[in-house]
Amino acid sequence: MKDQNTTMRGIAVSDLVKETGAFKAKGCRLVQIGCTGIGDAYEINYTFDKDYVFETVRITVHDGDVIPSIAEHYWASFIYENEIHDLYGLTVEGMSIDFGGHLFHTAIENPFKNPPEVTKVEKETPAPGPEEGDA
Amino acid sequence: MGRQIVVPFGPQHPVLPEPIHLDLVLEDEVVVEAVPSIGYIHRGLEKLVEKREYTDYIRIAERICGICSFTHSVNYAESVEKVMGLEVPARAHYIRTILMEYSRMHSHMLWLGLTADAMGFENLFMNSWRIREAILDDMEMATGGRVIQGLCTVGGIRKDVPDEMLGQMSDHLKEITPQMEELCKIFSHDTSVRHRMRGLGVLTKEEMWELGGVGPTARGSNLPLDARCTGYSAYDELGFKPVVEKEGDCLARCIVRARELMAAADLVHAAVKKMPDGPVDVGKIKGGPDGEAFFFTEQPRGEVLHYVKGNGSKYLVRHRVRTPTFANIPPLVKMLAGVDLADVPVVVLTIDPCIGCMER
Amino acid sequence: MANITKSPWIIHYDGSSCNGCDIEVLACLTPLYDIERFGIINTGNPKHADIFLITGGINYQNVDIVKNTYEQMVDPKVVVAVGICATSGGVFRECYNIMGGVNEVIPVDVYVPGCAVRPEAIIDGVVQALGILEEKRAQLEKEQGGAKK
Repeated sequence: MKDQNTTMRGIAVSDLVKETGAFKAKGCRLVQIGCTGIGDAYEINYTFDKDYVFETVRITVHDGDVIPSIAEHYWASFIYENEIHDLYGLTVEGMSIDFGGHLFHTAIENPFKNPPEVTKVEKETPAPGPEEGDA
Repeated sequence: MGRQIVVPFGPQHPVLPEPIHLDLVLEDEVVVEAVPSIGYIHRGLEKLVEKREYTDYIRIAERICGICSFTHSVNYAESVEKVMGLEVPARAHYIRTILMEYSRMHSHMLWLGLTADAMGFENLFMNSWRIREAILDDMEMATGGRVIQGLCTVGGIRKDVPDEMLGQMSDHLKEITPQMEELCKIFSHDTSVRHRMRGLGVLTKEEMWELGGVGPTARGSNLPLDARCTGYSAYDELGFKPVVEKEGDCLARCIVRARELMAAADLVHAAVKKMPDGPVDVGKIKGGPDGEAFFFTEQPRGEVLHYVKGNGSKYLVRHRVRTPTFANIPPLVKMLAGVDLADVPVVVLTIDPCIGCMER
Repeated sequence: MANITKSPWIIHYDGSSCNGCDIEVLACLTPLYDIERFGIINTGNPKHADIFLITGGINYQNVDIVKNTYEQMVDPKVVVAVGICATSGGVFRECYNIMGGVNEVIPVDVYVPGCAVRPEAIIDGVVQALGILEEKRAQLEKEQGGAKK
């Protein structure tokens, strides 16, 4: 059993496109883009790989922030960026294909969005009943 | 230049066992552009980490997909073990490896059958699935489950598979290997298979790397990309080499899978021979995972990534899965441009789409 | 089985299952289990089908597709919920995108539990469905006969 070589470092949102360009110049492929909600912010991890060295850079964003797309370097990033848009309600600017929120159809809009702090008293009504589902 | 029309493909489509929807922009009979839309099987199971303890959640992780189930459970277990720093005994790693290769064989035979069916080659479909049943019998003998095994747990495996049984499985595999070889030969030599697949949906090595394709889809384009090369579980000790084909068309992707059947059987034999003795789990685990980890494994369909993040409690904060089908969607979109409408089902199938995985 | 005279055709739809049950449904068609020996054929066209096999729970995306497929089938028709997810939602019951079992949307006649369900159980469920189909057919004939007079 060998350990996998994974590294992680945080970068500023403004450096994202530049850093991605550096990975591209190095000949890395895009492995994934993944988002995690942490309290009132989101961490977005961009993983690149060359020769099984998996390097991850992380940006931290908040609700309402506009995230630059890395499509100018990696065309295939659209699938991950649309996923983040649909599940987290974050805005990504400049995607190579913009589904406009129609990649994932979910019962509640942006299910992974951080819950707003003040609405904890609200009663839980996650979704409309089966009869009301529109045709 | 012809007039452009949009033809919807799916979700309920005779060649697809699972629902995926594609909007195909056609010019006469030729696809100009394909726009996928997904969500028909989206369950939102990543959100369940908030409701299930991390040790129980492995049952959910295994049910991300019923075909690559075992690899998903191993990947989840390995990523939690990585966070917690658990040293899993070697025997557990070997048994996991054997079953991962078994699930690769059953998945590839299932896929070869479905592809034959999509080409209208019913006899070959039946034959692939007939051989596949022998593999499922062995998996059932070892674990008790045909498609969902439930064998893997965080920290090892639930129940040891005795040496005699492993020997029996290895012997049985030797018996059916000639049948698998014959199957492989049909896919690489048969005229009607070649006719349907040769030169269809070609992507070069460079394009594939650029688009982030993984698994047999990438290896069909001469890209030796295989997460097993990282040597997780027991793969570093078994002398593993990725199977690649040069052409980058549908047939190449198909032959990669057919040849991987034999490669998987070899890995099983090697693992049975080297099987170490000892315990199969780490015993009682205290505390919860605190920290985060990425872990990569090679599913039948390609490289899969699990990301877990915990805060020391019994419930994980986040579990993210990037499945191979998700990564293979951009290559699929590129492959479809320029093919005839009648060939669309075959091209879609050659990335081995697993929608259950993809949408989680 | 001796009293069954018709060859019912089935249609299969994957609700939001993990695939485990789907591949077992397909396995039923292949040489080891071979439900075609009962005259059962898997069709892709709802208008041809008598038995509707659904695997997986219902989510908000596929409600309409399931309803549509069911409504397109000609009477008499039988619905078989294959697997625990189709029966009640199973392990995914608490997921935000899952409504529950198939019976939330359309009436179900036979429930086949299991995760993943075994091919033997599916065949058993389909054979039970044949009995119900026969009853429904008799009922329909009686009603139509009554209307004529």
